[in-house]
Amino acid sequence: MSTTSGSSRRALKTGPSGWLAAPALAFFVLFAIIPLFGVLFLSFTSWDGLGEIKLDGLSSWTTVLTDPVTGNALLVTAKIMFFSFIVQAPISLLLGVFTAAGQKYRAALAVLYFVPLLLSSAAVAIAFKALLDPNFGLGAGLGLPFLARDWLGDSDLVLFVVVFVIAWQFVPFHTLIYQGGVRQIPASLYEAAQIDGAGRVQQFFNITLPQMKYTIITSSTLMVVGSLAYFDLVFVLTGGGPGYATRLLPLHMYLTGFKANDMGAASALGVMLVVIGLALALLLQRLGGKNRNASQMEGA
Amino acid sequence: MEPQMKNRTFRSAAIAFSAAAISISLAACGSSGPAGTAASADSASMWGLTGGNQPVLQKSVTDWNSAHPDSTIKLDFFANDAYKTKVRTAVGAGQGPTFIYGWGGGVLKSYVDAGQVDDLSGYLKDNPDVKDRYLPAVLKNGVIDGKTYALPNNNVQPVVLYFNKDVFAKVGAEAPKTWDELMTLVPKFKDAGIAPFSLGGQSRWPDLMWLEYLVERIGGPEVFANIAANKPNAWSDPAVTESLTKIQQLVDAGGFANGFSSIAADSNADQALMYTGKAAMILQGGWIYQSMKKDAADFVKGGKLGFTTFPTVSGGKGDPANVVGNPSNFWSVSAKATEGQKKAALEYVKNGMFSDSNIQGLIDSGAVPVVKGIESKLAASPDKDFLSYVYGMAKNAPSFTLSWDQALSPAQGDAMLANLDQIFLKKITPEQFVDTMNATIGK
Repeated sequence: MSTTSGSSRRALKTGPSGWLAAPALAFFVLFAIIPLFGVLFLSFTSWDGLGEIKLDGLSSWTTVLTDPVTGNALLVTAKIMFFSFIVQAPISLLLGVFTAAGQKYRAALAVLYFVPLLLSSAAVAIAFKALLDPNFGLGAGLGLPFLARDWLGDSDLVLFVVVFVIAWQFVPFHTLIYQGGVRQIPASLYEAAQIDGAGRVQQFFNITLPQMKYTIITSSTLMVVGSLAYFDLVFVLTGGGPGYATRLLPLHMYLTGFKANDMGAASALGVMLVVIGLALALLLQRLGGKNRNASQMEGA
Repeated sequence: MEPQMKNRTFRSAAIAFSAAAISISLAACGSSGPAGTAASADSASMWGLTGGNQPVLQKSVTDWNSAHPDSTIKLDFFANDAYKTKVRTAVGAGQGPTFIYGWGGGVLKSYVDAGQVDDLSGYLKDNPDVKDRYLPAVLKNGVIDGKTYALPNNNVQPVVLYFNKDVFAKVGAEAPKTWDELMTLVPKFKDAGIAPFSLGGQSRWPDLMWLEYLVERIGGPEVFANIAANKPNAWSDPAVTESLTKIQQLVDAGGFANGFSSIAADSNADQALMYTGKAAMILQGGWIYQSMKKDAADFVKGGKLGFTTFPTVSGGKGDPANVVGNPSNFWSVSAKATEGQKKAALEYVKNGMFSDSNIQGLIDSGAVPVVKGIESKLAASPDKDFLSYVYGMAKNAPSFTLSWDQALSPAQGDAMLANLDQIFLKKITPEQFVDTMNATIGK
């Protein structure tokens, strides 16, 4: 048997034809790769969306990089990313573990927790905007003064309101990921631990958490990189305001492009977003360790 | 999940990549919208705004289509903010409607500069009856460099100071005639547990009405004319700083309703505060009369709605009869439309728009059409007090300044609204505002 035939046989064994990926790849190239280069090109031009596209060297980049609003947008994005993560990760991990167990009432609760994920971001934002209205919202309606605060109008408070609403919408999704992760852990591990006399808390820290390493990495990547894409919710909820208090990078990009009609600067911001997103995704993958095929069940 | 993650990253990129993909999909949304009437492939298309004038425009076009089956118009409606983004993208991609709805000012100029709208000067010359029907001060706003590119299409919308007469009677106050009177009213209402002014601060543009009127009263119309003409350091005019200082003093005094920066004007929450008596006054556009007439019918019919002009400022140079606001909305005709579409559009402008029934429809909705000689019709309306007042205000104004966010270029307008928001929040000083805005001149 020659080496060539050996390798071709191995290729057959590894799975179906690579052509199956072609449709997805075609869409990816058409709607992601080509626009990406388009954005890169536009970032070196000046264009108001109507007239001619004029090559303009680095002027869009200088505008964007010297504009204090960009720095502020980066800071707001980083804050939202950080707070979203530290709020969402523990809640969804605990909820995921809780709903993974077999009892009927837990399954029923899991369905309820899932509901926010079914709503569109715009609907969630409009609903919260109405609920949080200081004069006609929940606080005024129920006669609870502590709820009738200026939630969306106070520059210091609004960031945390946004984090809360984002968490309300996305915790169910991450709960689902964790629920699936927990269900994959073999019951034999827990049985063995029980025999060894480990309590529930010990089981959680010594079995559940280590076994879910990759689930945690996946969920965290989605949370962190996903927070670069929070746009619709914040756009409808606050429009980036008050002032620039919730003007996230993607929102800043949109407002620069479609409100101020400066497509060159908006494209430069778009390139920044892509670079930051990719860098973060890579970093998180690295944190998970290089050898992704290593057994998670060592010692089992 | 890796592709999914990348999708999210690239989705952000796709948002920025505005060119073809987005505009094509936007245009596609447009054609699947609710069509007014069945229309042939070459019928003219028109995009209107939802809200107060929607039923009037719908009726005008429906009547036109049934009377002119050979030159029909296909009408779709969009919400204000969404429309502004959508139409620009669509026009940029050559997918715009035949009739382009607008406000005049800086946005119209950008369409003219890009050669996207037709010069209608010749049409006006050939059809003097079209030109003659308008209030001249309003028609002027569709003129760029001596040529008419846009014709007024609905009602005059000056900014008016509305007040709740019940609340005023309760504290025994009179409508303020000067800024000092206004400031002394603030503690009076606060002591009675009523917010002096309602303000839709989240929408930002209602903030601007305060700056526009104060600058007008203090410095006269020339101050903003210089800014709009992109003169260097035009924002440094002392009238601007004084106006911003006065705004911050009013904020400090507690002049605006609690949480004003989370009140949205697009949900009409700002006017609701006034007619429910939670706030005494509101500075808003003439168009909110239409929605209050609908949402608070008893309040308006019962004569509890008061209205007056913005107070004068002592030592101010501006004529107290001067007005700011939106002179009207306008139709421009797309340069990219076919000859047949353009012909139908201009015929409608001549014979369909401002027909007797269209004028009556506007008046019945609580609006003042921008045409001459309607005094008797206004006087016959149940809303005659307000309508005659607004008509007189617009007709007799020595100067009618277009809302600044419309008059300036979109980039300047966006920066101005964001920075003014910061003034109301007291995050920046008037001097910082002036410096930031001077840097945007010419952009």
